[in-house]
Amino acid sequence: MSLPQASASANSNAANAGEGVREFLTFTLGSEEYGVDILKVQEIRGYDTVTRIPDTPDFIKGVINLRGTIVPVVDMRLKFKLAQAQYDVFTVMIILTVAQRVVGMVVDGVSDVLQLPAERICPAPELGGQLGSRFITGIGTLDQRMLILVDIEKLMSSQEMALVDAAALH
Amino acid sequence: MSIDLARFHQAFFDESFERADAMEQALLRLDVQADNGEVIHDIFRAAHSIKGGAATFGFAAVAGFTHHLETLLDSVRSGQRGVDAALVELMLRAADHVRGLLVAARDGGACDEVLGASLQASLQAALNVGPATVAAQAAGPAQATTGWTIRFVPRPDLFRSGNDPLRILRELAELGTLHSELEFADGIPGFGALDAESCYLGWNLRLETLASEIEVRELFAWVEDECELRIEPLAVAAAAVEPVAVVSESATPPAPAHGEDKVVPIGVAAPARPQPQRSAAAALESSIRVSTNKIDGLINLVGELVITQASLSQYAQGLDPLGHERLLSAVQQLEHTTRRLQESVMSTRMLPIDAVFSRFPRMVHDLATKLGKQVRLQTVGEGTELDKSVIERIGDPLTHLLRNAIDHGIESTDDRVAAGKPAQGTVTLRAAHQAGQIVIDIADDGRGLSRARILEKARSNGIAVADNASDADVWNLIFAPGFSTASEVTDVSGRGVGMDVVKRNILSLGGQVELSSTEGQGATVRIRLPLTLAIVDGMSVAVGEDTYIVPLSSVVECLQPTVSQIKRIGVDAMLVAVRSEYLPLLDLHTLFGLPGAGRDAHESILVIVEAEGRKVALQLDELLGQQQVVIKSLEANYRRLPLFSGATILGDGRVALILDIVELVRGAGRAMAA
Repeated sequence: MSLPQASASANSNAANAGEGVREFLTFTLGSEEYGVDILKVQEIRGYDTVTRIPDTPDFIKGVINLRGTIVPVVDMRLKFKLAQAQYDVFTVMIILTVAQRVVGMVVDGVSDVLQLPAERICPAPELGGQLGSRFITGIGTLDQRMLILVDIEKLMSSQEMALVDAAALH
Repeated sequence: MSIDLARFHQAFFDESFERADAMEQALLRLDVQADNGEVIHDIFRAAHSIKGGAATFGFAAVAGFTHHLETLLDSVRSGQRGVDAALVELMLRAADHVRGLLVAARDGGACDEVLGASLQASLQAALNVGPATVAAQAAGPAQATTGWTIRFVPRPDLFRSGNDPLRILRELAELGTLHSELEFADGIPGFGALDAESCYLGWNLRLETLASEIEVRELFAWVEDECELRIEPLAVAAAAVEPVAVVSESATPPAPAHGEDKVVPIGVAAPARPQPQRSAAAALESSIRVSTNKIDGLINLVGELVITQASLSQYAQGLDPLGHERLLSAVQQLEHTTRRLQESVMSTRMLPIDAVFSRFPRMVHDLATKLGKQVRLQTVGEGTELDKSVIERIGDPLTHLLRNAIDHGIESTDDRVAAGKPAQGTVTLRAAHQAGQIVIDIADDGRGLSRARILEKARSNGIAVADNASDADVWNLIFAPGFSTASEVTDVSGRGVGMDVVKRNILSLGGQVELSSTEGQGATVRIRLPLTLAIVDGMSVAVGEDTYIVPLSSVVECLQPTVSQIKRIGVDAMLVAVRSEYLPLLDLHTLFGLPGAGRDAHESILVIVEAEGRKVALQLDELLGQQQVVIKSLEANYRRLPLFSGATILGDGRVALILDIVELVRGAGRAMAA
């Protein structure tokens, strides 16, 4: 699960594929498959000891020590109110770098890295629900798979994630 | 060898301007009537130093002009020429011109050359004015003798100022025939206590020469403040001999003008070099020594300021921006300034890692000798700076790792030669800054770690390891307690205590240890440490399953209350009576909304904390210990939390939150007021 190689190869692929092709790390939450811009992903880790923080929403699991820095961890399954949110050896944390901050995101699993040409990405339909359409950049389709492409930067720095000080938002 | 002299320029100019000022003041002190010996001497020295420095740094204009001034001063000093008001006036103008030349040299501008030329002519003319009107009043008798006896006993720290007595002796010998006799003024310490950088010797010299006392004394000009110097005529005879003309340029060129001396030794690193251009000494003078207590006090204060500032900012966020525009911008400014203040204060605690590294060459040498191995220690990046408290605590782990490298890593000379390696093993200590951390490598070119032996040992110790475990996992086993792969226990290492301690020490500093190794080629231990530590003395406490840190500075006392001390007011407010004081009691378990039921107050521990003059009792489950904790920012990746001032990383790598006592006390105050 070392990502540096993954992203390095992803970068070279992207360079080969030319413009218009973007790469996404795909992960699952419940039965849905999501994709985030691979360039936002710093690394992938197993779920380990998280220090809980009193008086925070339940989906903020707490903070971890990521090589000496304190990194908050968000459980997207709780944020999306999925029925199952178990923590076992398969539970995975995606460490993201968004808006100069590092955030850990707990998901059900990580699948692979996909290259999506621009024509495979449809605009997002109007949606309600937990993940409002403002955080969805589009729907990617590839070989019968449907990927919900998330604007992770916007999502993680949004006020409803309560990850940043209200004053820092504009 | 080329040394960039430019970095000494600032020091030279600072110092030369000081000297020019001193010269001026001394000139103004000159009294036409009285004995001016000392004052003239001061002026001469100032001019001499400016000239020497200027020549070294290649400011020919300054050096050239000052030379004429110096020559004139020398003739006054030697009593050939008296002092009158006109001369003082002339020299004052000359001093002004020196200053002008210095400005020009520094800023690259031009100086009034016409004035320079006319002053120079005046100086020369003044030199040629007839013999002394006030005879022989300056620095002693000017009559030549057949020689001098000189007692020269430098202070032990002579070398540190970059002076070399040998150079002086050599130059003395050029003046005539020199007989020298060593003197051990304070005796020479035993070999063990001998400091190679101290001068223990003194000299009784007999110089047969026609040179004047001034010429002789000039050779000691750079060291006269740092030695005991007595110069006496060898024989009182020869009173009839004509005074010797003392235009000294050819006979005794001032030391800095020497060709070989133009290469400036770097600071104090080359103690045996002559004339370290006092600029280096001046650079040292510009620093002051402050006790660490003062600095720590400052850091604590800044830490409190930061916390207060953060809470002020938080309070300000709740205000209506329209009505409080000026307050908000002031708060923002305060935040900015506080941060810079904190950075500056933290930087005063930074020391070069050489403070630790410097103790190792000796240790390595001793150890290698003891083990009969040939080992060379190479250090890289000694100048890398890190926090003093880290420096203090990194010494033992590094010592241990070095001992390991030499004892286990480096093979015996025979084995090395048999393996086709150089007979001398190399251990490298390398420090560098990397991404806001300091990285210290301890690398040896020895036999490396043996995967098979580690696995074998792990199994015999009952540690379960998969055969296909990654190398990193296998190396990590070394850090397990009681683990040693040394085939035999030596008195140096191999008892299996140590690597776990090393790792624990590093972790407790918020650092990490990594090991890499190639069998047969050596091993490298890499330590990563945070560079800037905001350290707080903390008390770690348990609430439920979680660990929190209470800053020790705010703790007043800890106690186990009896049932009768606890008073309940209404449903959720509690008070505790402590020696006739009623304090609000905060149950952290409830306050933090932790899962499960908390203990009753009388079964818990109360920690009484104080902030802003108010006390609050915190109810918690257990006191775990007291430790210095490194404050890590929660805001860097997350946000400020109402009740916590930050977080820290515990020895086991878990994160613990540090309680913000100020906020807790305020919160308690609000709750009580409500």
